[in-house]
Amino acid sequence: MDLATKDLLRLATIGSVDDGKSTLIGRLLVDTRQLFDDQFDAVMAASEKRGVGDLDLSFVTDGLRAEREQGITIDVAYRYATTPTRKFIIADCPGHVQYTRNMATGASSADLALVVLDVATGLKEQTRRHLCIAALLGVRTVIVAVNKMDTVAWSELAFNRVVDEIDTLAGVLGFATALAIPVSALLGDNVVERSSHTAWYQGPSVLEALETSEAETWTTAASGARLPVQWVLRQPGGGRTYAGMVNGEALEVGQRVTLLPQGVETTITALNFGGEQILRAPVGLAADVELAAETNAGRGDLIATAPLPRVTNDFAATLCWFGDQPLVCGQRLRLKHTTKSTPVRVADLTGLIDIETLNVSEPTSLLTNEIGLARLITADALVVDDYQDNRVTGSFVLIDDVTHATVAAGMVGRASFL
Amino acid sequence: MALSIPSPQATNHLDVLESHALFIFREVVAECERPVLLFSGGKDSAVLLHLATKAFAPQKLPFAVMHVDTGQNFDEVLAFRDRTVERLGARLVIASVQDSINQGRVRDPGPLGARNRLQSVTLLDAINANGFDAAFGGARRDEDKARAKERVLSFRDAFGQWDPRAQRPELWQLYQGKVNPGEHVRAFPLSDWTELDVWQYIAREEMDLPSIYFAHERDVIERDGMWLAVGDFVEARAGETIERRVVRFRTVGDANCTGAVLSNADTLEAIIAEVAVANVSERGATRADDKFSETAMEDRKREGYF
Repeated sequence: MDLATKDLLRLATIGSVDDGKSTLIGRLLVDTRQLFDDQFDAVMAASEKRGVGDLDLSFVTDGLRAEREQGITIDVAYRYATTPTRKFIIADCPGHVQYTRNMATGASSADLALVVLDVATGLKEQTRRHLCIAALLGVRTVIVAVNKMDTVAWSELAFNRVVDEIDTLAGVLGFATALAIPVSALLGDNVVERSSHTAWYQGPSVLEALETSEAETWTTAASGARLPVQWVLRQPGGGRTYAGMVNGEALEVGQRVTLLPQGVETTITALNFGGEQILRAPVGLAADVELAAETNAGRGDLIATAPLPRVTNDFAATLCWFGDQPLVCGQRLRLKHTTKSTPVRVADLTGLIDIETLNVSEPTSLLTNEIGLARLITADALVVDDYQDNRVTGSFVLIDDVTHATVAAGMVGRASFL
Repeated sequence: MALSIPSPQATNHLDVLESHALFIFREVVAECERPVLLFSGGKDSAVLLHLATKAFAPQKLPFAVMHVDTGQNFDEVLAFRDRTVERLGARLVIASVQDSINQGRVRDPGPLGARNRLQSVTLLDAINANGFDAAFGGARRDEDKARAKERVLSFRDAFGQWDPRAQRPELWQLYQGKVNPGEHVRAFPLSDWTELDVWQYIAREEMDLPSIYFAHERDVIERDGMWLAVGDFVEARAGETIERRVVRFRTVGDANCTGAVLSNADTLEAIIAEVAVANVSERGATRADDKFSETAMEDRKREGYF
């Protein structure tokens, strides 16, 4: 039993309300025996109490009182599954438009999106919207469970009609992989086991597809090494090290690096992890770094290797607006990018994205859950990469100055499909 | 000992979870004025404290450790708490449920009554009195369906309430802990860990734990399908028989509502093997406090519970 050497896949489930997302996740968990007996019994009891007849698998993930009462998913539910080869972190995202911010929360750090849609209705507006947001957020690999195949008598024709729709949209949004699988989440066909009803389908079940997917980790980047400084640690003897999570590429002792925005070129003289010396810090490690040069580095600065990021306080970005009030030109907010916070002004709103057509029009404001393009000016200089090159140094959130609520998700630059 | 990680990317799940937790600790300490770590002496908070020391090594912990003490503890757990705090040189704050009872803040449930739910009042009072604006907790999303919905940094209003319908969006790893005076955040660095991950990590790091997690002989009674340890806080009722059994605890809560499981697992290896094939969840097996209703945890969390 070598449980300690699994790799980890983060997936977000997306799709329109009532297409069966929660049911599919419930089915995956039940059929791979991830659910404990008492949790299973609780789902049975809850199903009975709400009078939904048989076991309602969506109760596995819909845990809040309001969700069970209304029969919808409000917020992301995180579930965990382990198979002999992988550990999965599953973010089950809500479908309703007013909970788009929660869907974006689940998809932002997903390696892969598992899309669930109803074969009878195909790609609904909500599903298109979610796929577009997933693409904007940098998800490159998509598995599409074409659900409720039992309601169309397992028709290959009906399946292919939906596949055509998916392929067209996937082409536009630039997904690297979009694999469609005919399933019945309710009955379990092609979820874990291959179905006997779909002899015309030769591909993997949903679980097989998840286990063999070669989706890259969400932090995979096309930039050089990046380490946003979180905290300065004092070492015995008077030295200092800079703590942060390594991103982009690994760091090594002896490597030449640049401290930004100061622009100081220097060398890594030591690397530590948890108080122990190491020679190399791989991507994803929360390490601390000692530099040769005497610097005034602190939280919010960045240690980087070539190709270096930009130092700027004036840049174009894509915004998903979550605030209750519309976002207008000239508005002042606070921006958090990597480990740095700074005041920011919306200098210009340059585009409003129509999710249906992907057309960009001239906006006057951004309403709740709308996605737009803007030019931002920050008080302090930021060290940024384009989001499509690096999801860590290319992302930021906007924060309301009074309530401290997070009111927007932002990505430096503009997606290639817009 | 130097680490040797051959892969260019830390993809081993324990390495990923560990580094993510260290990252969360540093973000919260950097963004909040006065954080505190909630330490019950259980395995999850032991892992939490271990991760915290790694995040700030070689410096001492930059925050205090707080035990919400119901006064109904297992002796082995208190001993573990004290030796751990002493080894780390940490500052221990004890928030006492007995004090809350003495001050009339909560009703006394009697010597054998459950004090678990009373902790919320004691906890919130202590957070206010000490001016804490962030509290690290060892809660995991795999424990309960309400916790499965909670953010890593979870906002609490001035009344300590969690509003599950208005959680802050939490994208990428941009954790945002700013609050106004009187409000606070709960930070859960173990959010993505499962029970099995916790045990594997304890074994890998060769961590110290309270002895009651390992199989031992104990006087127990069977009540509501759970094995309760007979002692200061649990007495046999009419019709119940005291039995000597080999048991261990999967979770550590109050002595009067935490059930033991019949088990011979007396090593970490044996525990991991047992957890890997368990068919009852740890809270389901061992916590009477979660059995009241299907949303028992959500209701307590709304009130400010851990």
